[in-house]
Amino acid sequence: MIWIVDILLLTIVVICAIGAIYVKDLLSSAILLGAYSFLMCLLWTEMGAVDVAFTEAAVGAGISTAFFIGAIYQTTRRTKD
Amino acid sequence: MIRLIEDLHIQFVCRIMVPLIQFFALYVIAHGHYSPGGGFQGGCILGASFILMMIAYDIEYVKKRFPEKFNTFMVAFGVFLYAAIGALCLILGAEYLNYGILHKILPADPVKVRALGTLGIEIGVGITVSAVMLSIFLNLSTFGKHEKSEV
Repeated sequence: MIWIVDILLLTIVVICAIGAIYVKDLLSSAILLGAYSFLMCLLWTEMGAVDVAFTEAAVGAGISTAFFIGAIYQTTRRTKD
Repeated sequence: MIRLIEDLHIQFVCRIMVPLIQFFALYVIAHGHYSPGGGFQGGCILGASFILMMIAYDIEYVKKRFPEKFNTFMVAFGVFLYAAIGALCLILGAEYLNYGILHKILPADPVKVRALGTLGIEIGVGITVSAVMLSIFLNLSTFGKHEKSEV
């Protein structure tokens, strides 16, 4: 039953995306975005777009998380709002 | 700001993982034209291996092996490789990036030459992407001053 996997993955993707916006700790937010990218990668794979999934895993989860962490070290870790 | 922590476990795991990541990146670049992957993805993985080394050791440690001047040269060199292969096709009388015409100067039939031309393009894209990723991280973590950073 592939649609059960689909609905489960989509639910976790939405939870990760909302959590990345609302969490106060910026480092946690970056890690949540990394988890979001990995789940999107699983979704792309399940839809048959392996090349897009590869790009999502390499760029979204690998490089951009490292960039976010490198940027957070230059600012404060807590949000002010 | 966090200070540099010399952690033995992280450095040991990094020392084992970095060659494997780089071999995988070269595999992705070399097999880009008949399997998922290609120059962009392989270049990203290659850049990520250097970023892992920067995080686990020190930026100076990576800069000693991969100097900033050489990095900037590589950014231009990849684009130049891409443009040179395209212009070579143009000079030989076909369209831009029409690799089939390269069989006039390479000793192989047009089908093999087409795959070879694609491989050259992928290598150029991979070199540029990995160097640009490294350069972006270097600029982010040192405020663009290129001094000793604290990440």
